[in-house]
Order: sequence, then structure tokens, then C-alpha cells
Amino acid sequence: MRLAPSTEQLAFAAALHGLLAAADLPKVSTAWADGDPGAGRALWSALAGAGVTGLLVPERWGGQDAGPDDLIVACEELGHHAVPGPLAESIAAVPALLTAAATRPGPREWLAALAEGRLTASLVAPPWLPLAADGDSADLILVADGAEIRQGHARSVLPSLNPARRLSEVTPGELIASGQDSRRAMELGALACSAQLLGAARALLERSVDHAKQRAQFGRPIGSFQAVRHQLADVAVAIEFAQPLLYAAAVALRSGPGPLDVSAAKVTCGEAARLAARVALQVHGAVGYTREHGLWRWLGLVRVLDLAWGTPSWHRARILTGLAGAGTSLPDGGFD
Amino acid sequence: MNLDLDEAAVRFRDEVRDWLAANVPAGPLPGVDTTAGDLAHRSWERRLAAAGLAAVGWPAEYGGRAAPPLHTLLFDEEYHAAGAPVRIGQNGLFLLAPTLLAHGTAEQCARILPPMARAEQVWAQAWSEPDAGSDLAALRSRARRVDGGWSLSGQKTWSSRAVVADRAFGLFRSAPGERRHRGLTYLMFDLRAPGVTVRPVRQLDGAAGFAEIFLDDVFVPDADVIGEPGDGWRVAMSTAAHERGLSLRGPGRFTAAADRLVQLWLHPRPAPRAVSKPPKQPWEPAEQDRHGDRVAGAWIRARAYRMAAYASLERPVPPSATKLFWSELDVLLHETALDMLGPLAETDPEWTAGYLFSLAGPIYAGTNEIQRDTLAQRVLGLPREPR
Repeated sequence: MRLAPSTEQLAFAAALHGLLAAADLPKVSTAWADGDPGAGRALWSALAGAGVTGLLVPERWGGQDAGPDDLIVACEELGHHAVPGPLAESIAAVPALLTAAATRPGPREWLAALAEGRLTASLVAPPWLPLAADGDSADLILVADGAEIRQGHARSVLPSLNPARRLSEVTPGELIASGQDSRRAMELGALACSAQLLGAARALLERSVDHAKQRAQFGRPIGSFQAVRHQLADVAVAIEFAQPLLYAAAVALRSGPGPLDVSAAKVTCGEAARLAARVALQVHGAVGYTREHGLWRWLGLVRVLDLAWGTPSWHRARILTGLAGAGTSLPDGGFD
Repeated sequence: MNLDLDEAAVRFRDEVRDWLAANVPAGPLPGVDTTAGDLAHRSWERRLAAAGLAAVGWPAEYGGRAAPPLHTLLFDEEYHAAGAPVRIGQNGLFLLAPTLLAHGTAEQCARILPPMARAEQVWAQAWSEPDAGSDLAALRSRARRVDGGWSLSGQKTWSSRAVVADRAFGLFRSAPGERRHRGLTYLMFDLRAPGVTVRPVRQLDGAAGFAEIFLDDVFVPDADVIGEPGDGWRVAMSTAAHERGLSLRGPGRFTAAADRLVQLWLHPRPAPRAVSKPPKQPWEPAEQDRHGDRVAGAWIRARAYRMAAYASLERPVPPSATKLFWSELDVLLHETALDMLGPLAETDPEWTAGYLFSLAGPIYAGTNEIQRDTLAQRVLGLPREPR
């Protein structure tokens, strides 16, 4: 049982943090928002070098063959830095879908290209993902509809609430695989998204705490006022109690399908992130509401990711259905 | 997820589960703060102790099993899932005992812990005073040096379980010149000693769940000082961390309540008979659709607390965050149940009792405002507020 990161995972997260801190993310995100993915693609290559893009790619196609616990460590850090792009798709769901279809050369080639950072992938999978995130710049779009997986082709770009996210309607094309169970791949995507949300929540709290220490009003740092510090404390509590559910979901996915653990993690990480976003904006005040200030990168990310990969209501309904079916608390497992 | 319990843990859990299934009283015991309830709960604790289950984490020589923290967690879950009685000894078991094990002498542990485990001695806490609540360091009750010990005078209040308890523990001002956190001593005293008056205070539910304690020259021997005289604040803060944290409120209470909530959602209580059933309005959502989102939300939060408890075996969780989370969770669980029961809620003894109890959570063991301040300062590193 591991409900907290291991020493190796903490070192992996720290290395990733270093890489991302040096990557000038505000510039990358601004360019991405303006429709110029060049800097983002360069960062994607760097992430491949750090072993991120091939985490779920099997070793024989050049990946790490890592588990869901390593996946959440990486994705939490990506969310922490509000890295733009179809991350849960490219790093989690698509490699899992392609691995199941790797009897054919096309998926094998794509897996290798993902691991090397030459390819980004987006995904349409109703009802969770009705549109392809960043489909206009993705090299590969998959459409997972029922048991069929097809390659998709992006149509017009729709604007998103999150400036650094571009959504495309997709026309399904060539059949890649059929009769495939894509559920596990989708759970891994939802897990990765949950980790991004938790990482974003952490970043929002850190930035808000820094701001509250520096910004003075009435002759004192605003972080000394209870009205401010109590809001920040509530964010810290939400993060503290979301993390164990995220790790529990990773443990569950290691050995089984784990849908209810994933749902619990998704709902809770989303709640923590949304609270962190509201409080961050409130604590920053007017300056947080500007595009000059960097807060927008997390605010937009959090609101859209909370609704992607299954809305909170969808996940709560799935939990209730599972509980009704089991008719018990399932004290040690049995979620699977 | 599967918790991957090792063989010893599974064996222990099964032992506890079987023992509780065979021994938990069928009906509820009388209220713990009544004379009959006091007897019934002490008798229950004796059976628990005889089975070696009163405090499994304690060293064996004091009545425990030296079991790892995981076993304490498992016990807590099984205990609540089985619907076993309130622990009459909880102030002693969960608050004083960890302090004694950390700061007490071997003599104190040997003298105090075994009878505590058997509920031969039930403990009350004596922290708050009329003018020292959230600001505990404003306390004024005194401990005056006398031959062979100390003499206590003053007034304590909101002392949980003091009506039926035998002894109490608390902080006293032992150095008259010192202020605030300095010059305080952590003392244990006999509630039946000459000079002690206990005045029961009825709580929201009508039971005398706490009391005022008046102390008038009450003698306490040196042997009943925990830690060094004058070092009481530091010793007490370690107890306070236990009180806020997982030691006082393991996840079992909340996961059990969450499960009952789900059952209530699955099987709504039937409406009273002799009332004609009004036709369902076209705009009325189905009963279950109305509450499903909230039931699931509350259940997830109970699950989060449970997973955090297991995670705390690998990584410490700040006690202030823990206290904030469980106290708000308890209110949420009971509010959701009451809302689901609708106009029948007020007549439901089980949920209304739990509801009233949950309302105390954000107040006792350090109010949630104090917890947020502590968290902001110690965990987030925010500057102190002006005081």
C-alpha cells in the first residue's frame, strides 16, 4: 500500500519541477494561446527527455512501462506549472489505447513517436470528451466510441474558456481497432486529469500565500488578516484530503479497473482546485483578474479540467450506482 | 482500492470483527452521562479490556498489545462499523494516555494506564475556564506549592465527562509572576477529593455531557505532575495535537455514518400511515434523484478522511487540517441525512442525536477558527495576526 509518493517519486517530481521552472511557461502558454505551438512542442520534446511522454508506453516501443503512481507524480507537476496541451490524452489515455492495439504497425509507430516526444495526441471519447483538446495542433487524434477506435480529423477550432486550450470538432476516419475495451485507458486519463487538478490547486495556493505575505494594506501583510488566512487554510485542507484519494486511485488502477476510486479522486481534486482558484483570485484581487498577471493560466485550466474526463455529477452518479450495486461499504477493496 | 493488508493485519481485523459481532450489545446502552449509562459503559469497557482490545497500540505491560498504528486504525473502523458503544474512557484513552506515554514517568504509566484501560478510572478533561476558551493561555486557575505537592484553586468549565468521571487532567498556573504560556503546570487530580465541586451542565440534547469544576484548595501530590512544573504548556500542546488529530477521531465514525447515509438513500423511510398519499406533482423530481449528488459527495469526503488516515501512516498530516476536515465532514453527513429525511427528520432519534453531537465538533478541541489560524501560521507560514 502506498498512499504517498516514494523517495524516488519525490526526486522525479523535483527534477520535473526544475525542468518546468526553467522553461518559461508564461511565454509558452501565451504563444500556445495565440495559436503558436512551437515553444510548447519544444517543451514536449524536453518532457520526452525526462521520461514523461513515454511513461505508459511499453518498453519495447521505447517507453518506461511505468505504473499509474508514476503517472500521477508527473501529471501533478505538469498541472503545478499549468503546462498547456492535451496532456492527459497524450500521456495517459492514448498510449493505453494504442498499446491495446499494438498488434498493428500504425499504433506501434505512434507509441514510439509519443515516447520520443515527436508526436502529441488528442482524443474524442463521448460523453467525457466530446471535442478534441488542442486537436488543431495534435499530430494524432483518436476517436474512442464504444468498442471502436478510429483516427479522427479536426474540423474548425472552437474557442475555450481557457485561453491556452483550443477545441476541435472531429470527423471520424480510418478504423484503428475494434472490439477493444477502452475503459482502462479512460480511467487512466481521468486519473491523470485529477493529478493535474491537484497540482494546479497546489500552485494556486502557493502563489496566493506568497502574495498574501507580500501585499500590504492597512500597514500589514494581508496574510495576517483572518478573513484572508482562513480562506487559504481551507484551501490547504482541501488539498491535504484530496491527495490520499488520488494515490488510492493510482493504487486501485495498478491492480484493477478502479472506477469508483478514480471517480472519488476526480471529484475531490476538482473541488480542491476550484476552491483554490476562487480563493486565489479573491486573495490576489484586481491584479489576478488581468492577463498581465500569470494567474489566468491556472484559473482557466482548473475550470475546464473539472468538467472534462467526466463532470463531477457524472462521477458522483457512478459512485452511487456502484454503492447501490454492492449494497455495502466495501471496507477493503472490492471497488474493482 | 485494495489496502494490501499483511497477514497479521488481516488476522487482527478478523479477530476484532468476530469479537465485536459476538459481544456488542444488541440495543443502545443508556446515555453515557447518566448513572445507569455510566455503569453500563464501564462494564462494556471491562469486557473490551479483558479481550485485550481497550487500547491495542499501548505497550503490553499497560494493557495494550504494542500493535502498530495500522491496527489501531483497523480497530477503530471495525468498532464503528459494528455500532459499538461510545468509549466512556475516551478522554483518558485518546488524550491523556498519549501524553503520559510521551511525557509521563514509568511509575505514572504503570499506575494510571491499566485502570484507565479497564475503565476503573474514567477521566475528564479540565482545560477551559470561564475566561479562557480559545485563548487557553489566559487561564487563571492556580497551583500553589505546598508540602509534598500542590494545592489547586479556581474554576474549570466545559469539562467533558466530568459528571461521571473519577479524575481529571488540566493546566494550572503554578508560578504567580509568570504570564501567558509560561509558568503553567500539567496536573492530574481526583474529582472526588475534598474541595472539588462538580456542577453538571446540560447540553443541547438535554444530557449533562459536561460540567463546571470548582476547585478550592485541592491537594495534588507531586507524583501527579506530568512533565516538569512550569513546562505544562508544551506538554499540553502535545495532548492538543492528539485531540485534534486522528487519535480522537479515527475514520470509523465517519465511514460508518456515510454508509448509513447511503443505506438511507437506497431505502427511504416509509411515510407514516393514516396519511393519504398526495399525488406527485409533475415538477417533483424522484426522491432519490433529489439527493443523490449530495449523498455521493458526503460519502466521497468520508472516503477521503479514511484514505488520509491510511496515508498518515506514511506521511504526517497536520492536526489542524485533520480537525477542520473531520468536524466539517461530521456536520455535512448529518445535515445531508436530515435533509433527506425531510419533515420526518426531527423524529429520528439516531440521526438527530448524531446531528446534535456533530454540531459540537467545530467548537471543541480548539475551535475551527483557531485551527485555521494555526494552519495558516504553522503550515502555510503566513504572518501572525495582530493580537
